[in-house]
Amino acid sequence: MSVDAPETQAAPQAPRERPAGIGLFGWLRWGWRQLTSMRTALVLLFLVALGTVPGSFLPQRGLAPEKVTAFFQQHKTLAPWLDRLSLFDVFAAPWFAAIYILLFVSLAGCVLPRAKHHFVQLRSRPPKAPRNLGRLPESASYETDAAPDEVLAEARAILKDRRFRVDAHDDAVAAEKGYLRETGNLVFHLALLVLLFAVGSGAAFGYKGNVLVTEGEGFSNTVASYDAFKGGRSFTASKLPPFTVWLDSFSASYLPSGPNRGQPTNFSAKVRYQNGLSSPVRSYDLKVNHPLNVDGARVYLLGHGYAPRFTVRDGKGQVAFQGAVPFLPTNEATYASEGVIKVPDAQPDQLGFIGLFWPTAVPNQQGKVVSAFPAAWNPQVALFAFKGDLGLSNGAPQSVYKLETGKLKPILMGNKVKPLAAGQTLQLPGGAGSVTFDGYRQYVTLQVNHDPGRVPALAAGIVAILGIVTSFLVRRRRVWVRAKAAEGGRTVVQVGGLTLGGATPDFEAIVERLKKAAPEQPRSTAPDESPNMDEE
Amino acid sequence: MVDPHLAHLSNQLMLGAVLLYVVAMVGYAADISFGRRRVAAVPEEAKVLVGAGGPEAVEDAQETETETEDEDERRRVDWGRFAILLNVLAWGVHGAEIVTRGMAADRVPWGNMYEFVSAITFAAVTVYLVMLWRYKTNWLGPFLMVAVVIALGIATIWLYDDPGPLRPALHSYWIAIHVTAAVTATGTFTVAGVSTILYLLRARRTAPKPGGLLERVPDAETLDRLAHRTMMFGFPIWTFAIIAGAIWADSAWGRYWGWDPKETWSFITWVVYAGYLHARATAGWRGRKAAIISLIAFACLLFNFFGINYLVSGMHSYA
Repeated sequence: MSVDAPETQAAPQAPRERPAGIGLFGWLRWGWRQLTSMRTALVLLFLVALGTVPGSFLPQRGLAPEKVTAFFQQHKTLAPWLDRLSLFDVFAAPWFAAIYILLFVSLAGCVLPRAKHHFVQLRSRPPKAPRNLGRLPESASYETDAAPDEVLAEARAILKDRRFRVDAHDDAVAAEKGYLRETGNLVFHLALLVLLFAVGSGAAFGYKGNVLVTEGEGFSNTVASYDAFKGGRSFTASKLPPFTVWLDSFSASYLPSGPNRGQPTNFSAKVRYQNGLSSPVRSYDLKVNHPLNVDGARVYLLGHGYAPRFTVRDGKGQVAFQGAVPFLPTNEATYASEGVIKVPDAQPDQLGFIGLFWPTAVPNQQGKVVSAFPAAWNPQVALFAFKGDLGLSNGAPQSVYKLETGKLKPILMGNKVKPLAAGQTLQLPGGAGSVTFDGYRQYVTLQVNHDPGRVPALAAGIVAILGIVTSFLVRRRRVWVRAKAAEGGRTVVQVGGLTLGGATPDFEAIVERLKKAAPEQPRSTAPDESPNMDEE
Repeated sequence: MVDPHLAHLSNQLMLGAVLLYVVAMVGYAADISFGRRRVAAVPEEAKVLVGAGGPEAVEDAQETETETEDEDERRRVDWGRFAILLNVLAWGVHGAEIVTRGMAADRVPWGNMYEFVSAITFAAVTVYLVMLWRYKTNWLGPFLMVAVVIALGIATIWLYDDPGPLRPALHSYWIAIHVTAAVTATGTFTVAGVSTILYLLRARRTAPKPGGLLERVPDAETLDRLAHRTMMFGFPIWTFAIIAGAIWADSAWGRYWGWDPKETWSFITWVVYAGYLHARATAGWRGRKAAIISLIAFACLLFNFFGINYLVSGMHSYA
């Protein structure tokens, strides 16, 4: 594959006819030539593009697993079929890997031999002058009184001055320049190979963890402290650097008015972190575009939310639960959130609550409470209480955001659930206990990751750009000057130029300079362009 | 935070720029139609000669045409110059619109769809004006003006958004780098796309109909080369935009590449443009086929810009 392949064009077309009776080796060679041909590379290139398309329209497990689940529920018959084609994991699908591996083998199979060829070319001399310079795309011819040797010496000087690589053969000077074009082209393609390798090895050796941290709390960089953790194929958990991060406070600001009212304008998390037990504790202002670098890992601020604080007293009047419970936002614009409180220690019955939280609670036209703004201007909660068995004792894993209501009985509190403002207490009927809304804390969701491939990938990307820009800017061109003695002491000077991929802009300039050095004289014979005809 | 006077001024300037582009478009059109009148001045003669028969007669007619051309030369040049003058003026007003918009909101003026379209068309016109200055490509003017007026019309009618502050994910100097590169590349590819469409139209016949819309358009080979050069200019910029985006994503979202729909489609666009550049150097693919590939690439670019922002939800959903 190349952007501009004037010389190796013959190769891709050659393998068209099938070899007859050449045995296994011959067939392998034929197959290899097919694979590394430009046509195949083009087809593979388009297949890669086509292959990524479903990845942008269907939900992907790697990006949004919850959307995949929703898709399965909506399309009960279609989804399993799509899943069999790995269409929910397009970028990890075997068929996608097959396409890009074939493409990169094809690329390597084309670029590496070309790199070798180019390396030989870089060290070789410019090709000899063709017999008939007049037939080249650019040519000029004139007569002068200067001797052939003088003309050729001048030509050499002029071309060297223009940074051509110059070589003299008998009656002609051959010059070439612009080797950087192919160099840049090859560097671009090799850099792409390196880029793919860097991305692949970065994913294999890196890790990624997500964790929710409430104000006043912290987490340590261990697999167990993450809510979700994904290590690469070659990752080992013992390699996690031992750092700890605490969240002191989080603040968000929003547009208070105007058509985009409620649009966030700034998020900022004040954190402290410690790089191992012996290091000092440092502070950092974690913002969306400013991740914290700690011990080779990067900590990112991904999201935020509200964690209302509750005190739950059980039927015996004892405090069975006290603390902040993270609620998940159900509406990104108003931060109306939902969560559950599980109180397994409550006596005589375990208690559970499903709660709604409104940072700025206001009644709407129907009298229902809604949230009007994402900031906590008037925080209120509504709680739906349950008693019975929370189902935590049987060992089955449960989500902390979902109440398993199978063995729970709702505690009825009339038709209307009255929202609680901070400090208010809800008495549960039947002496089941009470719950107090103590206020709220905020939490942040953090992502911690380590990708050893990111710097090499960036370097490869930059080299690729430099390579392609060089390749596009430089033109490869050849110029030949031939000087032959003619009748009457005259010298016939012929100049021929060939530019691979377009006309040479400086051909005229070269001829002009040559004419200055070896001045043109009116022709003694009829104007001719070919040396063969000169003899007539 | 938002300066309402500057915001209002910016909107007025946008209106002015669109009007001036329309006038420039009319100027270019007048330039072409005066050409048509010139041909129309010799119809009877031509008819007679054609009636007299033979290709020689037609040649004669063309000669007559070139003679009358001199008389109208002055007027034609005036219309052409008028169009270019208006075009440059419109471009200046357009630039002022972008600057005042940025000053009104006190940030880089590319934070929503309205501003993106404005910046992309500005980039396209800039590329055209540079080409006009370097290669005398005034034949491209009327076609590009049509595209620009349509795009700005869509932007002001359907995509308009009042200037305001950016959301936190966009608080980074990378917005100036990544979005500027993407906008420049898109503008460049737009000019290349217009040239390619003209190439495909022009390649259908050996000589354009005299007085037709394509009369001033150069031959197919020149158009193909120009489109190719333009895409060669745009491709590294697009590559840079993707890499700059990856660097930004690395600090904003915690990964440099995550197959977000926008990322996926910018990759697809990149791959198809790369395919075009290769196809143009491959026997059996160059010419018409390569041109169609580049138009597919341009369609991917447009889909990435409009389709992904409005149809698919992702981390680039700023619509």
